[in-house]
Amino acid sequence: MTETSATGRVKLRTSALRAYTMLLALLAIWLFFQWATIDQDHPYGLFLGAINFSKLLQQTAVTGVLAVGMLMVIVSGNIDLSIGAIVGLAGGIAAMTQGWGLVPCLAAAIVIGLVIGAVQGSLVAYVNIPSFIVTLGGLQAWRGVILKLTKGATIPVELPFFRSLGRDFIDPRIGFALAGVAIAAIAWTNVRRNRMRKRHGLPALSLAATLTRIIIPSIVIIAFIFLMNKAGGVPIPVIFLLAVALAGAFLTANTTFGRYLYAIGGNPDAARLSGINLKRYILAAFCLMGALAGLASILHTARVGSASPDAGTLMELDAIASCVIGGTSLMGGRGTVFGAVLGALILASLDNGMSLLNVENWAQYVVKGGVLVAAVGFDMFGRRKG
Amino acid sequence: MNGPLLEMKDITKSFPGVRALDGVSFDLNQGEVHALVGENGAGKSTLIKILAGVYPHPEYGGEIVLDGSERHFASVRESEHAGIAIIFQELSLVKDLTVAENIFLGREPRRFGIIKWEELYSRAQKLLDELHLQIDPRTPVINLGIGQQQLVEIAKALSQNARILVLDEPTAALTDAEVETLFGILNELRSRGVAMIYISHKLDEVFRISDRITVLRDGKTIETRATGATDEARVIGKMVGRAVDQIFPEAKHDRCEVIFEARNVTVEDPSVPGKLLVERVAFRAHKGEVLGIAGLMGSGRSELLMAIFGAHPGRKSAEIFVDGKQIQIGSPSDAIKQGIGFVTEDRKRYGLILDQTILRNMTLACLRRVSGRFITNEDAEAAAGERAANDLRIKANSVFTVAGTLSGGNQQKVVLAKWLLTNPRVLFLDEPTRGIDVGAKQEIYGQINRLAESGLAIILVSSELPEVLGLSDRVIVLHEGRVTGEFTRKEATPEAVMSCATGHIRRAA
Repeated sequence: MTETSATGRVKLRTSALRAYTMLLALLAIWLFFQWATIDQDHPYGLFLGAINFSKLLQQTAVTGVLAVGMLMVIVSGNIDLSIGAIVGLAGGIAAMTQGWGLVPCLAAAIVIGLVIGAVQGSLVAYVNIPSFIVTLGGLQAWRGVILKLTKGATIPVELPFFRSLGRDFIDPRIGFALAGVAIAAIAWTNVRRNRMRKRHGLPALSLAATLTRIIIPSIVIIAFIFLMNKAGGVPIPVIFLLAVALAGAFLTANTTFGRYLYAIGGNPDAARLSGINLKRYILAAFCLMGALAGLASILHTARVGSASPDAGTLMELDAIASCVIGGTSLMGGRGTVFGAVLGALILASLDNGMSLLNVENWAQYVVKGGVLVAAVGFDMFGRRKG
Repeated sequence: MNGPLLEMKDITKSFPGVRALDGVSFDLNQGEVHALVGENGAGKSTLIKILAGVYPHPEYGGEIVLDGSERHFASVRESEHAGIAIIFQELSLVKDLTVAENIFLGREPRRFGIIKWEELYSRAQKLLDELHLQIDPRTPVINLGIGQQQLVEIAKALSQNARILVLDEPTAALTDAEVETLFGILNELRSRGVAMIYISHKLDEVFRISDRITVLRDGKTIETRATGATDEARVIGKMVGRAVDQIFPEAKHDRCEVIFEARNVTVEDPSVPGKLLVERVAFRAHKGEVLGIAGLMGSGRSELLMAIFGAHPGRKSAEIFVDGKQIQIGSPSDAIKQGIGFVTEDRKRYGLILDQTILRNMTLACLRRVSGRFITNEDAEAAAGERAANDLRIKANSVFTVAGTLSGGNQQKVVLAKWLLTNPRVLFLDEPTRGIDVGAKQEIYGQINRLAESGLAIILVSSELPEVLGLSDRVIVLHEGRVTGEFTRKEATPEAVMSCATGHIRRAA
């Protein structure tokens, strides 16, 4: 979130500022629910307790995975309204093909998502149909295909391992092992970065700055594992979300693919004249979105324990809302994976917290809608002043 | 009536850093066509925008006197109310509405808010009949040619009882036959007492239609004369007037072998099938030289470069040779691979991603080479970017400054840096100094000379004649998509080049 200038100074950019504001908003929401859930049995509040927090993260997983894909599509200046229907269709196909065995049925879900993404992406990139239209059509068409395939029936998940993907936890010892790997990786990248800077003739970061960059994330990771292990271990869907978020963050921030996506969304004319093949990258973004929708369908089906024909309905809007709350511009060119996942976490926190407080259904909708609009309004206000 | 219908006295107007108009005076009589001519940037458009109320009263200096009394137009609406109608180069018709709907847009005859369609169409028909226009008022505007759309604009202006009609380059997009129709109508209007300001680069047309001609240069009125009392040579002389300034560094480029050649470049207008923007243009560029392409707006300069670079949206054909070998360019990335760089015009639209950092903008076209094929290396990028920023003396806190916050001159340097980082052998520059201050201009001129000395072939397009003449070793001139002249540095006088740019073909010496 910070950018190191060539002089070695660490600077706060506006995007970093926005990220910190969002983190603060999330923290405020958490503290509010923590305070609001204090009762006789829970003198310190219920919301951030290990069990509820673990549940909250599980609820975030599906939306979060979708939001990462959606972010890439939106950054390229497009939108994908069909992913709810893809989640339904891919989940249905995974459930129907359980007879083929575990790996084939899971692969089928991801492949069907990828293929749909490729078809829609081609129509957007090569036939020049606006993505809104292509995926609005997809939203209806794919839902129709599920109804035909399943004849409207709900199909239970029979394979135990499939089901455990959505419900079980990883062994606490593996949790600690993963934490160790993560910390080692953070340390290694920081040391390597400094070596690279020297080679390019740029000043390296000071020892203190390097240590801070290693120690703070390490503390967060260890605390997280301890908390999760109190509730049985890190939930498997959360592992998937973390993996997808990390991969997505790397792809958008550290690859030419990511750079080109931001360029295409930021100024398509300039991108084209700089020799970027717009069509190829837009197609790729839709393919990734489709594959991630396939993965999300597995997590969702496993968690629910069955595939119903209306599974995934309105999930596209949650994913879009997550991106937008996380600071993504629907005009393209702006937004981060970190923000999108944070947005998903904010939405899930509101859902979870209001359910704990027994807020009536109608009021939950009103609050979530209000938060979406307020987040964007706040962002616009800040941008105009800045 | 005594005295002129309209007088604009001592008009001045400044933009940040530029004085666009500096004491311009202009008057217009009833039943007169008064032509306003001058190079791009001379101040014609600014003057018209002041008259139209686009720049409202206290934003300019001087006075506007209409019918003997001073007026301050605070908005376009007020000036329209006073009977001034402007037909801009970009037509302002709603394409999907019919001719009649466009003519009465916002003023539809209605009762209780319900439009009286019969009256709308009959009034439109009457108006078109008066102008002897064979256009059905029920035709959607989108089905009309550009020429007919222009005539509809005029009809619309007259329906608002316009007494003063301003025509900004009205024939730019017209065929010869359409020009005849237009001139017939203008003559008719003149005899009815309508006063017209006629802005055009095409001097032959100016001499055919106008009663008086005013020449503007560098925001000043140079001269106003009756059309009969002047001639094209005199007007051209007044338009270019100045000696080529001293701001161009003396440079002697050693001309080496031909590195780039284009033959038979023909480019079709993507929105008007069959209309050619560039027709069978050929040129070659030597290593180490600056080749200037002069021409007025709409002469096809930018389209020529865009087409060669593989970025023209419409149909085109061209034979391109680099180092004597014929190559195919289907997209900008092909051109970049062949060592062609293109500093495009309009940096905000085509050059920069305004809300990204200088660094990201600079490395956009060379990312794979500088940073890595798939995984990027920020530090390698930053190092390359820092070097480029230092070489071009880009003034910013760091390369992580957002490009949109820079001054025009520094933005232009970022675009230049972007293309130099691709290691080009041939560099196209389209309007490289548009809208930047003199200091930055001079730096860019120095840079252009340095690049030529280092062995690049530079192809420079600019609508500022002194710039082309001051920098180029050779100049070719385009007029309506065709080459009308080629000059060496010594032969290229402003008068000779301007004469070719306004349509005179230079016979080979």
